[in-house]
Formats: sequence, structure tokens, C-alpha cells
Amino acid sequence: MRAPGGPEVAVGDVLLSVEDVSLAFGGVKAVSDISFDIRKGEIRAIIGPNGAGKTSMLNIINGFYQPQQGRITFKGETRSKMRPHDAAYGGIARTFQNVALFRGMTALDNIMAGRTLKMHKNFFWQLLRYGPAMREEVEHRRFVEEIIDFLKIQEIRRVPVGRLPYGLQKRVELGRALAMEPELLLLDEPMAGMNLEEKEDMSRFVLDVNNYYGTTIALIEHDMGVVMDLSDRVVVLDHGIKIADGTPDEVKRNQAVIDAYLGVAH
Amino acid sequence: MLYREAGQFKTSYASDQAVFPILQDRIGIFIILAIVFVVIPMAGNDFILNAVMIPFLIFSLAAIGLNLLTGYTGQLSLGTGAFMGVGAYACYKLTTIFPDVNIIVWVIASGFFSAAVGAVFGLPSLRIKGFYLAIATLAAQFFLEWCFTRIPWLYNYNVSAAIEVPQRQLFGIIVTGPRASAETRYLIVLTIVVAMTWMASNIVHGRIGRMWMAVRDMDIAAELMGIRLLPTKLLAFAVSSFYCGVSGAMMVFLWYGGAESTVFNINQSFTILFMIIIGGLGSLLGSFLGAALIYILPIILRFVPPELGVPLHAATVEHISFMVVGALIVFFLIAEPAGLARLWQIGKQKLRVWPFPY
Amino acid sequence: MGALYNILIDPFVQMGTAPDLFVQTLWEGLVGGMLYALIALGFVLIFKASGVFNFAQGIMVVFAALTLVGLHSAGVPAFVALALAIVVMFVLAWMVERVVLRPLVNQPDIILFMATFGITYFLIGFGEFVFGGDPKVMITEDLYLPKGSITYKALGGTVSLQKLDIAAAIIASIMVAGLAVFFSKTRIGRALRAVADSHSAALSVGISLEQIWVIVWFAAGLVALVTGIFWGARSDVSFALDVIALKALPVLILGGFTSIPGAIVGGLIIGVGEKLWEFYWGPLIGGGTDAWFAYVIALVFLLFRPQGLFGEKIIERV
Repeated sequence: MRAPGGPEVAVGDVLLSVEDVSLAFGGVKAVSDISFDIRKGEIRAIIGPNGAGKTSMLNIINGFYQPQQGRITFKGETRSKMRPHDAAYGGIARTFQNVALFRGMTALDNIMAGRTLKMHKNFFWQLLRYGPAMREEVEHRRFVEEIIDFLKIQEIRRVPVGRLPYGLQKRVELGRALAMEPELLLLDEPMAGMNLEEKEDMSRFVLDVNNYYGTTIALIEHDMGVVMDLSDRVVVLDHGIKIADGTPDEVKRNQAVIDAYLGVAH
Repeated sequence: MLYREAGQFKTSYASDQAVFPILQDRIGIFIILAIVFVVIPMAGNDFILNAVMIPFLIFSLAAIGLNLLTGYTGQLSLGTGAFMGVGAYACYKLTTIFPDVNIIVWVIASGFFSAAVGAVFGLPSLRIKGFYLAIATLAAQFFLEWCFTRIPWLYNYNVSAAIEVPQRQLFGIIVTGPRASAETRYLIVLTIVVAMTWMASNIVHGRIGRMWMAVRDMDIAAELMGIRLLPTKLLAFAVSSFYCGVSGAMMVFLWYGGAESTVFNINQSFTILFMIIIGGLGSLLGSFLGAALIYILPIILRFVPPELGVPLHAATVEHISFMVVGALIVFFLIAEPAGLARLWQIGKQKLRVWPFPY
Repeated sequence: MGALYNILIDPFVQMGTAPDLFVQTLWEGLVGGMLYALIALGFVLIFKASGVFNFAQGIMVVFAALTLVGLHSAGVPAFVALALAIVVMFVLAWMVERVVLRPLVNQPDIILFMATFGITYFLIGFGEFVFGGDPKVMITEDLYLPKGSITYKALGGTVSLQKLDIAAAIIASIMVAGLAVFFSKTRIGRALRAVADSHSAALSVGISLEQIWVIVWFAAGLVALVTGIFWGARSDVSFALDVIALKALPVLILGGFTSIPGAIVGGLIIGVGEKLWEFYWGPLIGGGTDAWFAYVIALVFLLFRPQGLFGEKIIERV
């Protein structure tokens, strides 16, 4: 259910689907036989109690973890394992639970780093800098400045990210992911550790990214209010298995989900 | 008051991205270049050139090389000495096999040999990191050092296993060998170092520099952003070794005039590493500052105390230098891990608001 | 064909036809390996308790030996000098904790590693400054360490074992056994293991990190002193030892950074491996290969089994 007042985005075909995906570390099963899909243009929430396997799921989609079994189909192409490079080039970007910014660089450089995929001038032009390499830098700088305007982080461009407050760091990280011009954006607890005001800002950004850029979003989030307001559909995981899949209203009323959150033994 | 940016507006992204966006910095660089290119050769005596400026420049170049690999890309390497040696021996073989080719060409070309060797020894970086990688680079250091003594072809079967630099000319002026003048060698070294520093600066300010720093800061995130780790790291190894190789070739051909393999031993690797730790990891300026401090300190210790009436043995000077360097490293790591370069930046910040406190 | 024979067959033939030489080389390798193992042991002690990779362990060996010899040549009787040397190592441990470790307590490991470089260089300069840079002779007789060798007639030839080496092996084994008991049975030993597992958990049960670190660096200093005595007895006390000590790094790669038995086994494997390699294969490529053999082995391990033979597997999380 979308918060009232926001324009509806036409939700299209399946962009990414995972089928029977299982991942185990040694004896510990992170996820077992999970299947769900994400449709183009939607905001899909992945929720569940701690340790349910949500981040592992994102890591699998991203290519950081390779599942022992199952298939991932992205933009029509099916594979048993996703490689980080293929995911990035295919248009999957993400943010991380514990902000994974490049601490030695400024906010601007971090976001510019997100453009690396699109920058091609080779080593020898880089040696010279003036000329083609500089023109490429400026062209991408323009694009990055649009993102900076969108996220309203103009003042902190040149600040080393290690010195930024947490909320702004999260915003810079979002900017870095957007710089990749992703088709699918994976957000791992983007609101974690934020106060109400910051959450409202971030929610607005997430909605805007979905509306104006048309980016499909998969979102892990603990704040139920955010999940209910923002998402089109929800997947619920618990102890590595999927226990519900549907619209926010359906999921809210699902007994298994309620039990999982209340900690009823099963 | 002097160092103000007020009024300097940038009207294009290009000028904003410039390496020295502040006018005062540009003037400063120009003045420095004028001093090193014009004033020093004219005013300096042979001693200043031979014992201070030439080695300072050569070590700075090696420090830049190691800084690119360790400071910018985060790959700790203890093989610097050996990579410098590869450059030196490559240059020696090239010029003895093709004596008619311009020696400067061979000095630069030897960098490519170093780069190739560096890339090969960088392959383990795909699977190992941090100080494990440092241990792998030790394999490079000791193995290459062994090659320098045990492969007689490298030193043209010379009985003493040492290499002696043959005399070479450039446009009629003798540039290498015992009869080359200090000014000539100084200007050649200076030109090469300035040019290569400019290129290093261009690289680190652009796409490649950002990729390297991304790998250093959080390689997992970098990989998930589409940065291929192995080619990026190998490029760092190659470029870094190129710089070290040229530095090594210049060391033998334009400074010492000859060499034994011990010149490129593990202590050399450590010396360069200390230069970049003290000078500032991830900073080109820091490479120069660190080289200056570590190289010039023993010289100061050798000449200043006698002036003040406290004579010191040469050996004592060396011992005290070691102690001071060791203490400085610990001091800098505690007080300012980003080294002299960061102190310089802080100084500039204070200068900006001077005479106000903040 | 001839080359293949030389590489693959001949060395083993040589081993077979002169087994006494083989055993001799093997023994030399074991002795050398034991000394590497002792240095690695010092590393492991400190790494286990503080996560610091003490690059200065090698120079501590040299420094300890120098102190002992220096005191003795200044007229101090041998065993008093030994006691004083122990005190000096304690003072060193205390100073390192105060001046270097405490200010750097929350920094990333690589910073602490580089700080130990600083300690190394400082100790080299200081040691040379106080004791002079020329090689010294270890005071073996004054410490009542045996001289001479035992010669066996065996395996068709003679095998001779230096009595000193045998003594070293025995004393080293006693020391390692003592350390093992110390770690598992005493209160302080348990505290050390707790600190190795988790600094914050150890703090929360009232263990003083500073005390532990001083104890552990002192223990490493003692190990360094014993190592220094035996190494100096075999081949003069000089700063060349410091570079040899770098060989302890491959030992740690093989044995794992946190395992005491690993350090011992790793040391012996490296010692034996490098001696055998140099003796039988070295002449084929010019000799002197023991300069790099250990590191190449370490490299191979790093590529295929980075946790070594005994260490814990490293898993990265995002």
C-alpha cells in the first residue's frame, strides 16, 4: 500500500526471481529453499526477525555469497550463481547495514567512485589527465551533482565521510548506489539508527528514487510503519525460510508472521 | 590573511576538479619549481647536489611508488628494494647490450621490466591481504635479491658481482659514469622525478585513484560496485614497481655510479616504507616529506653536532638515526597516523584563518 | 632428460647412498628449525594475547643476547648477568606497553604492526649504541652449557651432533612444556587465553589488559633471551640475526598465527625443508637458496591454505 499522495508507478514484469535458493555456512543454514520474485518498478520489502537470513538473501542477489543450490533469474537470464561483477554491470546496486563507505575519501569522491563502471578512458589518458580524461571526469561530475542535489548533500561534498554524522553517511551511501544508475536497488536497513525526522527524509528519498528514476527497490527494514507505508509487496523470512509473501495488508494479518515476531516457539 | 580563498570562485567543474584549485597553492608550486630548476643548480655546490638533492629526489620517487601501492591501494609491500633492483639491473643489461641507445630511454624502459615483475609478484594479492600479503612480498624481496647475486649474466659475469656504470652521453654532454658532472645528473633526475610526479598526481586524482582507494578502504564494497579487484590491484603493483624501478635505475646510474646487490636488500625496503609512514600514507606530498626527513636526518646529525662542538662517530650517527627513526615512527603512529602530510594540511588550515584562531 | 634426472631422481639417490649425510643434514635442519620455532613462539604469545603482530621479536632476541653478553663483559658474573638480563627484558616489556601499546589501544592492527617496526628500528639503534655493532661471542662456558659433540658411527658413516644443540633442544622442550602448563593450569594463563579471545569480555570480568600485556611481552622476552643464548652460541651475536628472524614469518604462516604447537611444527618443517632443499637441490641452481625457500613455501600456503596447518579459518562478513 503506498502512502496517499504519491503517484502510482506502473508495476511491470518480473525483474528478478530466486528459486529454491539455499545457502549454508558449514553446518549453519542461512537460507533454505527460498523462492520469490521482484517486479519491475515495485518496492519489495524483505522483513523478518533477526537472523532470519535477510542480509544473506541480499548478498546472494548481489553475488557476494554463492548459494549451494537454486537459481537466480535476472532480466531474463538464469544462473545458478551471481558474480559481483555481473550483478553490478547488470544494474544491481546496494547499500549496507553497517555503512560501507570509503572512509579515506570525501563524499563527492565516494559518489564519483560509483561512476567507475561508466568511466572508460584508459590508463594512458589518465596519465595525462588534461584532455579526454578530464572531459570524462566533468561529464560524470555533472551526473553526480544531480544526485547530490537530489539528496540535498551539497554542503558536505568535500568532507571526508568518516567525519559525517551517521544519517548523512547513509545518504551518501545511497548516492553512491544511485551513481551506478541501477535498475535494481538493494537497501539493507536504510533507516537503521535514525530518528523520526531522518526516517521521514530517507523514506521520501526512497519513494522519489522509485518514482522519478523508476528504480526497482528491494528493501530490508525493521520499522513496520515504514514497511507498510512504502512497499508494494512484502516477503517475510524467519530462520531462513519464507513464511509469507504478499501485500503489506495480507502479511500483517498472517498468523505465522505474527507468531514469528512475537517469538512463539515453533 | 595571506592564504585566503575568498573571492576565488569556480565557474566550471573542470576548475573545481583542478589539482591545485587555490591560487596561492599554484603560485607556491611555481616558486618551488623555479627554485629547484634554476636556483639550486646555480647556487648549490657539488656536495649539496650529490649528497642531498639527488638522493632525496631518487628516494622520493621510490616513496611515491610504494605509496601508490601501500598508501593508496592498501597493499602492504616489503619488496620495494628488490623492485628498485630489478630496474637497476635491467637498465644495466639494456645499456650494455645496446650501448648506442639514449641512456634516458633505458632508464625509463627499465621501469617496464620492474612493472612486469611487480605484477607477477602481485598475483597473490587476489587471495591474500594485509600483513599476509606483506609476507608474500618478502618472498619477492629475498628471491629477487638472490637472483641479483646468483645469476651472473645480470652483472655481466663481473668477478665481484658488482655493476659499474659505463659512461654515456646525451647531446655531447657526459651524463653517467665518473666524469658526469653533478649539475647534469641533478637536472636529469629532477626532470624525470617532476614529470613522473605529475603523472602520478594525474592518476590518483582521477578514476584510477578512486578505484585504488576504494579497494584500500573497503574492497568488498568496491567489488560489489563492479570494480574488478585483481586487475585493479595488479595495476597498482605494476605502476608502483615501475616507479621503484626507475628510481633504482637512477640510483645506480645517476647517483652511485655502480652497485652491489646489497643496495637493494630488505633494509632498503624498510627505509622506503618508513618514509611513507612518517610522510603520510596516501599522499604524494607525504612521500617527499618522508624521504626528506629520513634521508636528511642522518646528514644533519653528521654535520650539525660537530659545528656545535659535539663530535660524533659516523657509526654513532647511524645508531642515533635508527633510534630517532624508530621513535618517530611510533610517535607519528600515535599522534598523527596520517603523517607529515596531514600536519602540513593542518598547518595550511591554520594559515587560512590566521590571524584568527579558528 | 639429464636435467630431469638431476632434479627428480638424483637427490633422492644421494640421500639413499649416503644416509649418514642425510641424517646429519636432517639434524641440522631440525636444530635450525627449532630456533625458528622459538622465535615464532614469541610471536604467537604476543599475538594470542593482544592481536599485535610483533615484528620486533627478532630484534628482541638479539637485544636480549647482547644485554647478557654486554653485562658479562663489563665484569658481571655469568648467572648474575643472566638474572639482570631477565630484569632488562621485563623493563623492556613494561616500557613497550606504556609507551607504544597503551596509546595505540584502539587502532587497527596494521597500525600496531607498523609500530613494531618502529620498536625494531629503535632497538637496533639503541642496541648498537650501547653495545657496539660488532659481533660478540656468547658466554657459553660461563653458563655451563656443554661444548663439543657426540659422534655416532651409523648408517655407513658418521653422524655428529653438537652437544649444545642437544642441550638446546632439551631446554626448549622444557620451556614449551612449561608454557603449555602455564597457559592451561594457572590463573594468569587462563586470563591470557581470555584476553586472546576477546578484549572486551576479558575486561568485563575484571582482567587488567595492561597487566596481561606486560606479562605476555615479558614472556616473549624470556623466550627471546633463551633463543638468543642458543643462537648466539651457535653463531655469534650480531645484528644479522634480525634478518634471519624474519624467517619466523613463514613459520607462522605454516603453523597458524595463534597456535603454539603450530609454531613448533611449522618451525621444524621449515628448518628441515630449507636445509634439505639447499643441500640436495641448491647446488643445481647456484646455492644460497635458503635465503628464499622458506618464503616461497609460505607463499604457496598463503595461496592455498592461508590459515596454515593449525590456525583458524578466516571468514569475511559484510
